Amino acid sequence: MRGKVVKLGDHVNTDFVISGKYKFKTQDIKELSKHIFEDLDPTLSQKITVGTIIVAGKNFGYGSSREHAPRVIKEVGVSAIVAKSFARIFFRNAINIGLPVIVASESFIDSTDEGDKVSLDLEKGIIRNETKNMEENFKPYPSFISVVMREGGIVSYFRKYGAFPWDTR
Amino acid sequence: MSGTIAEKILAKASRKKYVEPGDFIVADVDVVFAHDGTATLAFDVMKELNEEKVFDSKKVVLFIDHAAPSPSPAISAIHNRMRDFSKLHNVKLYDVGNGICHQLLPSEGYVKPGSLVIGADSHTVTHGAFNAFATGVGSTDAAIAMMTGKIWLKVPESIKLELNGNLSEGVTSKDLVLFLIGNFKADGFNYVAIEYSGSTIEKLSVDSRMTIANMGVEMGAKASLMPLNENTRVWLSKRVQGPITPVEPDKDATYYKTYSFDVKSIEPMVAAPPNVDNVKPVTELEGLEIDQVFIGSCTNGRLEDIELALRILKGRKVKSRCIVIPASKEVYYEALKKGYIEELLRSNCVVGPPTCGPCIGAHMGLLGPNEVGISTTNRNFPGRMGDRDAKIFLASPLTAAASAVEGKITDPRNYLKEVS
Ligand code: SF4
Repeated sequence: MRGKVVKLGDHVNTDFVISGKYKFKTQDIKELSKHIFEDLDPTLSQKITVGTIIVAGKNFGYGSSREHAPRVIKEVGVSAIVAKSFARIFFRNAINIGLPVIVASESFIDSTDEGDKVSLDLEKGIIRNETKNMEENFKPYPSFISVVMREGGIVSYFRKYGAFPWDTR
Repeated sequence: MSGTIAEKILAKASRKKYVEPGDFIVADVDVVFAHDGTATLAFDVMKELNEEKVFDSKKVVLFIDHAAPSPSPAISAIHNRMRDFSKLHNVKLYDVGNGICHQLLPSEGYVKPGSLVIGADSHTVTHGAFNAFATGVGSTDAAIAMMTGKIWLKVPESIKLELNGNLSEGVTSKDLVLFLIGNFKADGFNYVAIEYSGSTIEKLSVDSRMTIANMGVEMGAKASLMPLNENTRVWLSKRVQGPITPVEPDKDATYYKTYSFDVKSIEPMVAAPPNVDNVKPVTELEGLEIDQVFIGSCTNGRLEDIELALRILKGRKVKSRCIVIPASKEVYYEALKKGYIEELLRSNCVVGPPTCGPCIGAHMGLLGPNEVGISTTNRNFPGRMGDRDAKIFLASPLTAAASAVEGKITDPRNYLKEVS
């Protein structure tokens, strides 16, 4: 997978992804996705296109357990999020819905700029910034997570196999 | 093989002799719940999975608490979908007016020492106060747990937080946990299980323990676990069925790290915007004018919190708007019986029905542009409690009450000196 970078800072919390005030207006992911990142930067949503890779700082997805946050990010076309670290509920929610979330080194992230072209190999665990000609390895997911990811999330996995990955192990 | 409290609970839940940090396990849940902010997305996931039956109707619980009573027709529709689901699957639903999920789940007897509690809400860590492994998940996890009674988990590292000594006058469990958050920061315990120990935790009331466990997630923790203490055992014995068997860590359990604090020197603390780890002693913020005070939520909406607030509010009038919302009907009822509600009204506070209220910015007291609020809740992100440009300060019920009386951020110790 390959995409253009939209760069964000540290502590992008779930209320920045979609302001809590919309949660109770609607639960519709398409509708919510119109307001993505509104409280962080109202112009940000225009920069995101299909395939965008978000590169962010520490503790991405901090805050609520609302799965709406990763779903909305996937909905607007983001293909992966690379960050220095993730908040745990966001991390597992993203995996469950098949949105790749990768931890990269501080130096890789600090030297990556908005607009750079980045490619990811999830199976081999390689991330490459093509613009800056940098590459590094990350630990690939454990096997049972990578099957979930390969099938586009746990729901798609179940629909295809009629069982959860742990049932068939 | 020895284990921490978290490891021992997770080993049992995954039917293993022992588990180690980093292991991926599939565990049996003891209870799974969702609320009006998360339940319908879980129902949608169940639909997508072509499975609408729950694994055990006694172990799935629903709460209407985040926007209750409903402030809009769209939310009423969400509530009705939950009511329909509850009827169809014979699942217990705590409807409008019963209170906040994290207050009701233990007080209605769903949580025991050793339980694995899964909630579609990040503050599910609150239930660690009852010696349970409790963690928040998203709607997909919640849906799968509702359908199958199972959840995948990565066994977290455990860290030990030893807290010893007594809190000083005017300092509460909220100040203690804010102090910890300021110290360890919002991602300090990302992905780990915090295991509390020491004489402070041993002596604390159930209400105070819940406040501390609740905000574990504000340091990123996957679970906040406490050993059972006598207060909690007594409290639970009136509510749960069957024996209460505490889970204690093995003597040679392995902790990723251990930290010790003497809590005596902790002062009243305030988390200033825009992040919950931006914590300062109240003395640094004193005098800042405020528009609204909120005393409530799953962090500080219990009887003890109302009692604390009344230590200052009783016989005084508030200068700023002051909204008080009991965390559950039971808390409301106790406060009513003890005359607290009347005292609050005499002080010109607004008392709301049991609900999350302005904590999540859905209804009942949203802050306007550039307004300043001080709140006993747990998050102060911009936009959390109303307008994006409103400022939210988080504090204890004592500090919130003193600030309401003055109309500006106030050190509660000024008032407590007078009375004692
Ligand atoms: S009171 Fe606030 S933090 Fe607690 S469950 Fe309700 S919205 Fe969440």
